[in-house]
Amino acid sequence: MSHPTISVRNVSKKYRLGDIGMTTLRDELQRRWARLRRNDLALGVKKRRTHLADRGDFWALRDVSFDVQQGDVVGLIGRNGAGKSTLLKILSRITEPTQGEVRIRGRVASLLEVGTGFHPELSGRENIFLNGAILGMSKAEIRRKFDEIVDFSEIGKFIDTPVKRYSSGMYVRLAFAVAAHLEPEILIVDEVLAVGDVAFQRKCLGKVKEISHGQHRTVLFVSHNMNAIENICTRAVMLRQGQLVREGDEVRDIVRQYLLEHQQAGQSPFWQNDDNSYANDHFRIDRFYLADAGGNVISHSVANDTSVSVVIEGEVLKPDSSLQIGYGLFTGEMDLLYYSTNLDQPEAEWVELPRGPCRLISRIPARLVNEGEHRVGLYLSLYRRRWFSEPGNSSPMLTFEVRGGLSDSPCLVSRRPGFLSPILPWQVQTGVESIA
Amino acid sequence: MSALESTHEIVIRPNQSWLHIDWRGILQYKDLIALMVRRDFLARYKQTILGPAWAVLNPVITSLTFTLVFSRVLGVATGGVPPILFYLSGMLGWTYFSNLLKTASSALLHNASLFGKVYFPRLIVPLSMAISSLIAFVIQLVTFLVILGFNVYSGRATIDAAHLLTALALLPLVVLHAALLALGVGLALASITAKYRDFQHLTGFIVQLWMYVSPVIFPFSHIAHKFPGYSWIAAINPMSAVIENIRALFFGSPPLPLPYVVLSAGVAVAVFVFGVLNYQRTSRTFIDIA
Repeated sequence: MSHPTISVRNVSKKYRLGDIGMTTLRDELQRRWARLRRNDLALGVKKRRTHLADRGDFWALRDVSFDVQQGDVVGLIGRNGAGKSTLLKILSRITEPTQGEVRIRGRVASLLEVGTGFHPELSGRENIFLNGAILGMSKAEIRRKFDEIVDFSEIGKFIDTPVKRYSSGMYVRLAFAVAAHLEPEILIVDEVLAVGDVAFQRKCLGKVKEISHGQHRTVLFVSHNMNAIENICTRAVMLRQGQLVREGDEVRDIVRQYLLEHQQAGQSPFWQNDDNSYANDHFRIDRFYLADAGGNVISHSVANDTSVSVVIEGEVLKPDSSLQIGYGLFTGEMDLLYYSTNLDQPEAEWVELPRGPCRLISRIPARLVNEGEHRVGLYLSLYRRRWFSEPGNSSPMLTFEVRGGLSDSPCLVSRRPGFLSPILPWQVQTGVESIA
Repeated sequence: MSALESTHEIVIRPNQSWLHIDWRGILQYKDLIALMVRRDFLARYKQTILGPAWAVLNPVITSLTFTLVFSRVLGVATGGVPPILFYLSGMLGWTYFSNLLKTASSALLHNASLFGKVYFPRLIVPLSMAISSLIAFVIQLVTFLVILGFNVYSGRATIDAAHLLTALALLPLVVLHAALLALGVGLALASITAKYRDFQHLTGFIVQLWMYVSPVIFPFSHIAHKFPGYSWIAAINPMSAVIENIRALFFGSPPLPLPYVVLSAGVAVAVFVFGVLNYQRTSRTFIDIA
């Protein structure tokens, strides 16, 4: 049994709330003076204490413990304020914990930001050396990798231009290039992948993967991009309000739990007709919801490769062969993607709806829509005669979010432009036949 | 992989002692010191026409002003040394000291964004500052020597070769003296400024006042002459010894009594230790209050 590369033991971090950050000496002296004077009066001291308690302390981390083994790629997840950044700061030795202990074996490089220490007046070349040294490389090491760094950054002939004249894209590329060529045993990365254009982001993700898989280094990775977490990480650590919620190698499950906990209220994948709306002589709509493969109402977020079905339940009051029931699928911005109804097949395949209760189920194709929020509107009409509920036009609306599961390809891990993100077959012909 | 192998274990825990200094880290990051010095030097003179010539012009112009105001108009005695040389030599030690003090006092606040994002031994920053200021000092020293040469040539001053070599050989000690003092005061100020921004404004005044109580524009003997029996008070100010020692080295003027020099060095070392430990302690969690 080898020692863990990183061992975090009961780490807590307390911040004092209130004006401590902006103290001026005068305030402090006033406080001391007040304390001195109040010491004379027992009552005053008491009052002071309650005041202190009111202001309170804030525990950014509370009793967090976990181990990381060599070669693990650990994704830290949690919403804003969960303590991810504080934990990264402690692990990268930027600040100290209030309690607890961390032991780290090996050389650490942390990338909490790209381009740390870049000086705008200096040229790209000078900044590569400076930034590299700040991140912990020796001069000789940087010199050895210099050409590689310049190649990776695609800066080319601008290498001797002061970086203040760089476009923001060039700046970020150069900065990441330096970072990517670090050879630490432990790499700590915070959201840096959120920068740069899509092509460059992909390059960065690829590099992180290469570092972890190819070279068997340990990586700690914070991102809000659940796709990236699922794709790259071999372990996940989930934090909530400074406490460790869950930790382990079942990354997909942990991501799912995280997404489940953060669905927004009021925008539900379930609608019930409580007040007998949309009343008509032909069909009474009772329930309209989205279900998973097991028939249960889905959580707010689903991965793109899971099955989501639209379920419509109601009662046929007066049978009519032109009773058309279905839904319209919209993006979060209410751009219509398509309508789908029970009368889309050839007439011979239509199922007659007799008087009485019924349930219609239709599956939204997996890996068709893009990542993001989507809405589903109820479609209810007598074909070409009358709308009972026109999707998007004061119809019942369901909301769900597609997150993650875009593809198994490493080249399709985050949202692409466009309404749809289907995975289509490609026929690839090579060699002589392709020309013939 | 670098020389440092993975057998090394880093332990991060709260409230490490004041004396905990990451010596090993400092050695490991020695290239960073050099690169920071280079950055400071390059960045200071980017987009200037005169470039490093400013390091020459600054003390020369100041000394000329002092010569005009204090020597010509007010008639302050310079102890038999040509006024321009007197002020230049005074400024030599003083400029190094005050530059280093001012930059060191901003070591934490100026680098807050850097310290908030990446770890390296925090003492790297003041160390590189001390070396950066040394470059300016050397340029200034060369200027001083050239002007001294002119004066010797024209017979207004005398110094023989042996004397000059001794002076140059002993000068590093004096510089070290000034550096310890400047770093000590500067880092103590940096630590307290991190919490109380008031000191940002105070530092300027402190430096200015300090110059007037140091024998930059008047010889130390002046004080001894005016307040006999109280000159030890002036000797507590460690800068008196620094400036007087430089003059004694180059002009052969009577040096400060030895006890005063020892006292001054002692004060400098004490202040240095106090400043470094304070800085070290503050910098560990400084980012929480920055």
